[in-house]
Amino acid sequence: MQTRTEKIRQAAKRVLAEGKADLVIGFREGTVPLKTAPHFARTEAECDLLVWNSHCRLNLANFLPRRKDRVAVVAKGCDARNIVNHIVEKQIEQEQVYIIGVPCEGMVEPALIAEKEGRTVESASETDGRIILKGKDFTTEVDRAEVLRQNCLTCAHRNPSVHDELVVDPVPELEGVDRYADLKDLLARSDGERYEYYTSLVQTCIRCYACRDACPLCYCHVCFVDETMPQWVGKSVDPADVMTYHILRAFHCAGRCTDCGACEAACPMDIKVRQFTRLLEKDVKELYNYETGLSPTDQPPLTVYRPNDPQEFIK
Amino acid sequence: MSEMILKKSDLADFFKSLAAECQLLGPVEDGGRIKFAPADPGVFLLDFQNTFMSPKNLFFPQSERLLTFTTDSSDEKAFILEDSGDKPAPRAVFGIRPCDAKAFQVLDRIFRNDQYEDPYWFQKREATTLIGLGCNRPCPTCFCTSVNCGPFHEEGLDVLATDLGDQLLLKGLTEKGEALLSKAKGLKKADKKALEAAAGQKTASEEAITVKVPQDQIPGRSVLDLFEAEHWERVHESCLNCGTCTFVCPTCHCFDIQDEVCRCDGDRVRNWDSCMSWLFTMHGSGHNPRPGKKERVRQRFMHKFKYIPIKRDGEIGCVGCGRCINLCPVNIDVRDVVRNMNA
Repeated sequence: MQTRTEKIRQAAKRVLAEGKADLVIGFREGTVPLKTAPHFARTEAECDLLVWNSHCRLNLANFLPRRKDRVAVVAKGCDARNIVNHIVEKQIEQEQVYIIGVPCEGMVEPALIAEKEGRTVESASETDGRIILKGKDFTTEVDRAEVLRQNCLTCAHRNPSVHDELVVDPVPELEGVDRYADLKDLLARSDGERYEYYTSLVQTCIRCYACRDACPLCYCHVCFVDETMPQWVGKSVDPADVMTYHILRAFHCAGRCTDCGACEAACPMDIKVRQFTRLLEKDVKELYNYETGLSPTDQPPLTVYRPNDPQEFIK
Repeated sequence: MSEMILKKSDLADFFKSLAAECQLLGPVEDGGRIKFAPADPGVFLLDFQNTFMSPKNLFFPQSERLLTFTTDSSDEKAFILEDSGDKPAPRAVFGIRPCDAKAFQVLDRIFRNDQYEDPYWFQKREATTLIGLGCNRPCPTCFCTSVNCGPFHEEGLDVLATDLGDQLLLKGLTEKGEALLSKAKGLKKADKKALEAAAGQKTASEEAITVKVPQDQIPGRSVLDLFEAEHWERVHESCLNCGTCTFVCPTCHCFDIQDEVCRCDGDRVRNWDSCMSWLFTMHGSGHNPRPGKKERVRQRFMHKFKYIPIKRDGEIGCVGCGRCINLCPVNIDVRDVVRNMNA
């Protein structure tokens, strides 16, 4: 992690000095433990604040749509795929973006750390695959591998698919991972049981829309939940309105989602937002053998018609 | 003002006597998060740091029906708004943190002005007796001592409890609080030793909050000066404009009123709203006076640290609970923002 941090800082300074970008978007240390903050570096001193650690959970591609300047982005595998997706969806010009690729070994889930260490953590650091937690009267460690996010454990593209440079050598991709193993049980349930499951997931939703606002795919000028003429969805925490929001948002992400998990990282209520998008991601992979964001020349299957498109699901 | 001692071994009886008078709520764990809820007092927590969400929903629920109506034109009362008839029952809440109580007091001043009083807020406030619990273990993100508040602050509470190990010191602060203490069984007058122990705990907790967020320069600076400060150009860059900070905040109180109709039955509902949303200030004309993230982020901090102090005799619209610091997805830290405002 230390090496990556150093290399990112060097790359950022070089990219700015060579005039390849107006700013570098990366992560800086958070003011609370187990957190980072998106960081916008325009000077050498600001580049020295860039870091790389196990808490770079957000997806920095989110900050690209509608930008007019030239941006260098510190991108892990999923960020890079979402940058490519932005290029494909014409949200940013390829020439505007410089990708500082970071081969990624996964990010950790703070909720899993909290399960292992219930006391209040006041500071955290990491070394050799261990996360060191310090509190008022204690110091303890957790194994990074035991608290990785579920989407990182099943990640298919840890190395940035497209990049202008890589800060370290590529990491081996995970092998023999069934990305959807845990969905088998869910898919075997009846429609009613599945609806019940999804209802239970969003029971604590406060409709802050952090999941939407952290998602690189959600760049609509006006989100359907904010439309007023007509108003499609109610504004209260009525379960039907809450569910409408989550289901419709997920469908808008079909064939576009990289399973980066930014939605879950942002959710203050720890809602398993990915359970909504994963079924659709699985369908697109299985029906069209398509994974989003691997090449800027991609033609996403849900935006083009091909005579041999699968249609068995049309009933 | 009475100061009474309640032995923890008598706590169950104390709660039982309260529950006989009214509904009793307290801090309980629900799915790993702490919240105030009606429950068997046996599960009330005494040692917790803070509730996950602020307890403002006790008086200002996220969605609240205000009025009802019918759209059935054959009904002679069609389209006439009527009181919903939802009246709050008397209740007591145990374990309210002093910062959250201070927030209620701040909101009392906002939901009542020289012309209007919000009945929905005040009916519930009046029907509720608040038994606060001082903070023996402040969180690392607490900064209440910097915002006219503190771990044993009394404003907004009816009774303040101090945990002294095997007993609680209960201090009556209002008529409602005194009435509650006079009816409760098993209390005895606090002796000097207990009072000294409570004072010691208060000092220890205050000293444990080492973070300082000075605001001494803000009152002397003009609104325009603060409004046009350069640091706003950067603070908003990472903001997602989600509603997390406003929804978890104990003093954020903006709302949106909507009519919800199912067949002919209509409800006029008020819902929490958020100044982080572009829709919040969107005019019918299509003009938006806060068109970008910068304007929206600036508004939230200026409201709390400049506009409310100007309009409410120096009262600050923040109580230092630290929830937004812990929960902001991009770690925008109010302490840093205020330091910049004060610089």
